[in-house]
Amino acid sequence: MKRPRIGIFKFTSCDGCQLSVLNLEEELLDLVGLFQVAFFREATDRPLRGHLDIALVEGSISTGWQRSHVVEVRERTRYLVTIGACATSGGLQALRNWTSIEDYKKSVYPSPGMIETLPCSTPISDHVYVDYELWGCPVGSDELSETLASFLLDKRPGIPGYSLCMECKRKGTPCLLIAGSAPCLGPVTRAGCGVLCPSLERPCYGCFGPREGANIDALLNVFRKKGLSPHECSLLLDKMNTYSYRKARSREGRL
Amino acid sequence: MSVPATARKLKKEDLSCVFDQLRASHRVIGPKIEGGVIVLADIDVHDIPAGFEDRQAAGSYSLIRSDRPEIFSFSAGPDSFKRFLHPPVSEMFTFRRSRTSMTITPSGREEKPLAFIGIRACDLSAMKLYDRIFLEGPVKDNTYASLRSNAFIIAVNCCRPGDNCFCSSMGTGPEVKDGYDIVLTELRDSFLVESGTVRGQDLLARLALEEATGIDVDEKAERTGACIRAMKKSIRAEELPGLIYRNPDHPHWADIAERDLECGNCTQVCPTCFCNATYDLVRLSQVSFKPPGLSGVRVRKWDSCFSRNFGRVHGGNFRPSRRARYRQWMSHKLAYAIEQFGLPGCVGCGRCITWCPAGIDITVEAEALKDAR
Repeated sequence: MKRPRIGIFKFTSCDGCQLSVLNLEEELLDLVGLFQVAFFREATDRPLRGHLDIALVEGSISTGWQRSHVVEVRERTRYLVTIGACATSGGLQALRNWTSIEDYKKSVYPSPGMIETLPCSTPISDHVYVDYELWGCPVGSDELSETLASFLLDKRPGIPGYSLCMECKRKGTPCLLIAGSAPCLGPVTRAGCGVLCPSLERPCYGCFGPREGANIDALLNVFRKKGLSPHECSLLLDKMNTYSYRKARSREGRL
Repeated sequence: MSVPATARKLKKEDLSCVFDQLRASHRVIGPKIEGGVIVLADIDVHDIPAGFEDRQAAGSYSLIRSDRPEIFSFSAGPDSFKRFLHPPVSEMFTFRRSRTSMTITPSGREEKPLAFIGIRACDLSAMKLYDRIFLEGPVKDNTYASLRSNAFIIAVNCCRPGDNCFCSSMGTGPEVKDGYDIVLTELRDSFLVESGTVRGQDLLARLALEEATGIDVDEKAERTGACIRAMKKSIRAEELPGLIYRNPDHPHWADIAERDLECGNCTQVCPTCFCNATYDLVRLSQVSFKPPGLSGVRVRKWDSCFSRNFGRVHGGNFRPSRRARYRQWMSHKLAYAIEQFGLPGCVGCGRCITWCPAGIDITVEAEALKDAR
């Protein structure tokens, strides 16, 4: 069998998810053995040529150039997989979607006229068809290698998509929300991190994003009863997955 | 009251002797405080949270120092025997495929048999249901069978109900009736101990026990009665399963769906929920092109009817709304299980009430179905 060609792309992001690819450590060698790495700016200078069997895409779309480049990546690619909160959900930079980009530009840059940017930061799926989305800030290494192995075996990746609570309960981690009254986003957030924060007694802050069907308003009502103000509640959601949590909130209002 | 033939008395300070007897041959599992919660873990006698009491409400849990004299004045935490007999994650088999063959090797477990200390009547009823499902059904579950067959069970009669308990109304407690090797009832100055099996009797024979009297047996009855009277919650079990079958379209299901987080916590802490999903895990290092082959492991993990992917078939989940998924869960607990297994799927332990972040209370929701539509 010919080795499938893989490309790893980056748009607006911190590079952390690409680093997660490099951090696969011993599995990285397997990856390089099983795939032909056709494009990976973080690791090689090789230019983008020909077609790809699979593309891993990091980062959100926040400039006009990116908007056309992601279409080019899509056209060259059989399976497009987004990796991480920016590519899947717009990232932290999507906070600007709720305010004026001009205000941000002025407050950060001495000559804001030089900045070319779109008013909104959006996930890849707002621009092109995405075959599979991997969440997380950064993306989970296990989910990444499971997805790549599943691609090779032509099977569905073993990523359940249910709430973080499911992983917490399996591990026997004491519930911070119920026994500690902490505003934990676990019930509406995707599992996948291996209960990183709750096992260190820190409530989940949602870096794996809203799971399908998340009833966010119901959870915020619980937080309100525990004494949080509406503003404090929305601050909890307005992090690296702000765009997805807000979208999920308007979509899943009543069911 | 007459004294049962197997009843004896064990001094409270001699509870450690039970541990001494079991430790050599068993892995002793019992209640212990971890992170402000009573969990089940490998314990020694001093780990038992004596002198602690839990305060539970819908969606809340805390531990306080108890002013009661009993060792077992606490009630169930989130864990049950399920964590050990139907483990949250278990390896089923490994597989290896080459160009010409496929080999499957069942995953063995070489563990000491389990001994549960302090298991309550509700959980023994749940275990009875598990036996029906995993041992007595058309397909025997090897993982459960191997863990269950040698498990030694030391039950405790509850002297104080948890705030969300309703076992009395479900007919599953608080008094332990069967399914134990030994049952303890905590009296003022000692435990009344009774054996339910030959091996229970054998263990008791190795302990320093005193004769039990009619007064002790009366005290046991008194304490059970007090526990029943103190129980705050109930379900009208005599109306099940009809109440559920008559109300599939009751507007209250939609009301629950608005509050329901679908996080699955209720199913994970429920001692009768048994749903699980299997995953075939193949690492990148286990895939080879030259020669073509792969190896991996099939793993089973707890899952939940609230998880969208769990019920996903071609075209989507066949229970497309939250309302439908919640109704399925509660209906399975209170109605379908009776037909399926001859026992209710709810044992009245109240865990789903405590550990629901939204505080959805199955006793209140069941009662609301009685209201006119």
